[in-house]
Amino acid sequence: MTADEWAILGFTLRTAGLALLLILPPGVALGWLLARRSWPGKTLIETLAALPLVLPPVATGFLLLRLFGRRGPLGAPLYERLGLDVVFTWRGVVVAMAVMSLPLLVRASRVAFEGVETRLEDVARTLGAGELRVLATITLPLAARGLLGGALLAFARALGEFGATIIVAGNIPGRTTTLALAIFHRIQLGEDGAALRLMAAAAVVAFVAVWVGEVLLGRGRHA
Amino acid sequence: MKLELAGIRLPLQPFTLEVEATLTAAASGICGPSGAGKTSLLELIAGLRRPTAGRVSLDGETLTDIRSDARGVVLPARHRRIGYVPQDGALFPHLSVRGNLLYGRRDGDAPAAVIEVLGLGPLLDRSIRQLSGGERRRVALGRALAAGPRLLLLDEPLSGLDSALRERVLEHLRMVRDELGVPMLYVSHDLTELAALCTQLLVIERGRVVAHGPAAELLVPRPGFGLRATER
Repeated sequence: MTADEWAILGFTLRTAGLALLLILPPGVALGWLLARRSWPGKTLIETLAALPLVLPPVATGFLLLRLFGRRGPLGAPLYERLGLDVVFTWRGVVVAMAVMSLPLLVRASRVAFEGVETRLEDVARTLGAGELRVLATITLPLAARGLLGGALLAFARALGEFGATIIVAGNIPGRTTTLALAIFHRIQLGEDGAALRLMAAAAVVAFVAVWVGEVLLGRGRHA
Repeated sequence: MKLELAGIRLPLQPFTLEVEATLTAAASGICGPSGAGKTSLLELIAGLRRPTAGRVSLDGETLTDIRSDARGVVLPARHRRIGYVPQDGALFPHLSVRGNLLYGRRDGDAPAAVIEVLGLGPLLDRSIRQLSGGERRRVALGRALAAGPRLLLLDEPLSGLDSALRERVLEHLRMVRDELGVPMLYVSHDLTELAALCTQLLVIERGRVVAHGPAAELLVPRPGFGLRATER
């Protein structure tokens, strides 16, 4: 691989990692709320959180473009108050990856928390544990494998993100080009050798992430 | 020990659990057929369920007090100091035996008397997955006792064990009652177990108390059929 290609791989890993960090707290919290609590609007939020899975990625990208543009409802305050541009920057890549992989994390977290017997939490309460201690010492450790597996699957999804990213961040060499965008670009230019190299790199990284994720999720289910 | 259950109403499917009783024995039993509401009553006493009406008090302290308009107070389970051992023990699978025993301890010391009475010494460093059925029951019992409860709730602690193991665990339960002096409320549908441990009995069927009184009076031997709980 060329230095340029290594840089693209590094950029993709960094942005996917950041996207995962961004969605981890809200994704896990939402998974817990869906698994453990009844609240008004639960089905609506559940459906909204799953939408990026079924909407065409370019449609999600277009929505994000409108939301995070300099005059968008989220982009305007970010630009005016903090001077941050999201659209057509690496931040746009991170936002697109985060939104597209959030549903996977929420679903995996929900399943992981549902797999923890509530009786164990109840017994912990009778032994004097408050809600935070129950969460920290019973619920999270028992859901950990499922959560980690879900996080890795979300990370793998972020690595391969294309449709939303190209709308929100464009394909600016050295600034917003991810593996998926670079492969598309090389194919368009007829550089099949380079496309193959990048494809191989993407396959190796995605394979490892999905495989480890599946192993952890499988063990979580059978524990 | 004086456990008062006054005007308890807890909707279940397909009936409402209604209980009015006072239990004072060192070991009291709740019996009745499966699905009679026994486990729900234990969970209510433990603070894990909220009735729609009624009052639960232990040694004069009000634990639950819900008025007819459904308002009232429910002391959270963690403040009740009531040990609860669910049917299969519900041990924490990610902790060792020692980790389970210490979960409810404030000072972090292993409770020597509990370990001795239940014979848990050789098991302390084992993983939960390495325990047999009888060992699991003993560890679950030990975990509840280690937290220093003022009342122990036991839900079918011998179910699923073969007869030899049942006798051994039963012996441990007698030792808990007599040597550790922790009052217990013992749920079972097996009248022989109840006769072996309890001196007071509450018989529930489809959510209603059908008998309440000394076990010796309620459990009458039936020739060839073991014991039978009489209604009164």
